[in-house]
Amino acid sequence: MDSTPIVAITGQVSTSLLGRDGFQEADIRAISMPVTKHNYLITDIKDLPDALKEAFYIARTGRPGPVLVDICKDVQQDSMMWEYPQAVHLPGYHPSVLTPDADTVTRAATLLNEAQRPVIISGQGVSIAHAEAELRQLAEKANIPVATSLLGVGTFPATHPLSISWGGMHGEAYCNYALQECDVLFAIGARLDDRLTGAFSTFAPKAKIIHVDLDPAEMGKNLTIDTPVVGDALMTLRALLPQVEPNEHPAWLAQINEWRDDTVDRDILSQETDELVAPFVIQQLWHATNQGDCIVVTDVGQHQMWEAQYFRHTKPRSLLTSGGLGTMGYALPSAIGAQMGRQDEETWVIAGDGGFQMTMSELSTIVQERLPIKIAIINNGYLGMVRQWQDVFYNKRYVGTPLFNPDFVKLAEAYGIPGRAVTQKTDVYEAIREAQATEGPFLLDFQVEEFTNVYPMVAPGKSNADMIRRNRAADMEDNH
Amino acid sequence: MTNQTHKRRTLVAWLEDKPGVLSRVTGLFSRRNFNIESLAVGHSEQAGVSRMTFVVRGTDRELNQVATQLDKLINVVGIEDVTEEPTVIREMALIKVNAPGNVRGEILQLVDIFRAHVVDVSMDAVIVQIVGPEDRVDSLIRLLDNFGILEMVRTGRVAMVRGSESHAAETVNESVLAVANGNGHLN
Repeated sequence: MDSTPIVAITGQVSTSLLGRDGFQEADIRAISMPVTKHNYLITDIKDLPDALKEAFYIARTGRPGPVLVDICKDVQQDSMMWEYPQAVHLPGYHPSVLTPDADTVTRAATLLNEAQRPVIISGQGVSIAHAEAELRQLAEKANIPVATSLLGVGTFPATHPLSISWGGMHGEAYCNYALQECDVLFAIGARLDDRLTGAFSTFAPKAKIIHVDLDPAEMGKNLTIDTPVVGDALMTLRALLPQVEPNEHPAWLAQINEWRDDTVDRDILSQETDELVAPFVIQQLWHATNQGDCIVVTDVGQHQMWEAQYFRHTKPRSLLTSGGLGTMGYALPSAIGAQMGRQDEETWVIAGDGGFQMTMSELSTIVQERLPIKIAIINNGYLGMVRQWQDVFYNKRYVGTPLFNPDFVKLAEAYGIPGRAVTQKTDVYEAIREAQATEGPFLLDFQVEEFTNVYPMVAPGKSNADMIRRNRAADMEDNH
Repeated sequence: MTNQTHKRRTLVAWLEDKPGVLSRVTGLFSRRNFNIESLAVGHSEQAGVSRMTFVVRGTDRELNQVATQLDKLINVVGIEDVTEEPTVIREMALIKVNAPGNVRGEILQLVDIFRAHVVDVSMDAVIVQIVGPEDRVDSLIRLLDNFGILEMVRTGRVAMVRGSESHAAETVNESVLAVANGNGHLN
């Protein structure tokens, strides 16, 4: 779902043992079928060069995705004259539907030109196609406000006046208002999944929807689309730009700014409380990193939503997070990949205390590979997002969500990683500075207020118009 | 607006004849909750390519998803909806039916009327083979049911578009060409 190009090479029992329930035999090809773009089981070394060539080709082209190559043990030990194939022969795979149909692009342009209240939703497809500059040109040329999907964060600078952050279940209220009221919605490289749309039938009810995506299977999968455009984001924007007329939309932008002010007034959580809360930590981190000049890798849960709300990403691919599957434990291992790929970038893990413990054994990899990854644990002693649902929908029955945590600073110390616990708002900035000034990895254990919830919140299966908003000061008090 | 009424469509898909390809296809059907009524698969005229005919019921949205999701499978070479095409559609059934001496003549008469065949005879039963459009197969089965059906197997629908144009070769070759040119084609 997250279109991540990964090739996994796995080991299988010897061909003679296949299908006999041999020791450690697991049919990983069948197991991984629903979660890979393609996969292979190699039982003959002759098939290996083609399979590897194809695996990398398939993972990286078209809509990227994971490919798994499972290699039997006897094949691993076999030998051959290695010749890496020059070309792939995949009669059923034709990934490069680059240029969109010209008539559809013209229809899309006409819709945008006639729109009174247009909105763009920019997804990860824009960054995969390296089309951030063209997207910005489109937005600026016609003065169209831009929302992103969660994985689209960074495709449009969050500090840009036309940015309206992101919408959906925990998106900004003003963004959801804009999405519900717009008359033309231009979604590009985004899946439009249920966490963004709320109940499908209630989403953007007044809008004609233009959906641009490389993957024809995304067209109309969840929503009724007026103008589906199958094409690469970059090619589509290039074809579209000359046909889109300059526009101002003053009334619409004024309306959005009014909603924005209301959101700022109502939903921003940090100034009104003396307690240590995650949004404050995230804002301070943004300032300390020269306004977000770093890569942030988040885990899954409340902190992930707060990071996306409060950390204003301006650089493409500066946020890595698990969207579609929401896999807890994602942050630390993924940060290892990010830091190895971008050795010159400051890399921050922001993880909850629950998710961090799912993969914290990777601390040893960080030390082993000498990676200077900085870790911020947002520690509220709960599986916070699940606790929030228990809070709101299950009468505060906190079953299975309170956590017994280790002392994270001592844990880091055991790996030879320096760390520091932070309990006071006043220490946050300085602690982040200390982490940055320390060579190599550093762990910060932010022990935040326990019961703070993420707002706004849209109940599952409900319309984005029915947001639960923050109950100001009462939010924290009625839980104590 | 999307048409919400349920339709029944016949689709033909060409699959690379590789290990696991059928489980990819059936896995996709069950995972995506597609309502497949019948499925028949076998060799095509081209070496290394299997041909699958399947019947699916659903709304426009669901049917569009069946085709596009299936087409995304790497080993699916091409897919075509032949519902609106002039098509020869056939199904075969073998029906083992009770046929003691006193009703055997009646059964043979039915077999004759339906242009079916008796392919096995024993003391109390016959195996009837029928090839034809589904509704004809259905009718014969309904009638034979009165005598007591002991066992039955149906192949599911297979379909081929009428005329001299070769649909298979066209689809397969275009896709291969598309890869070679680095320029895709949507089936």
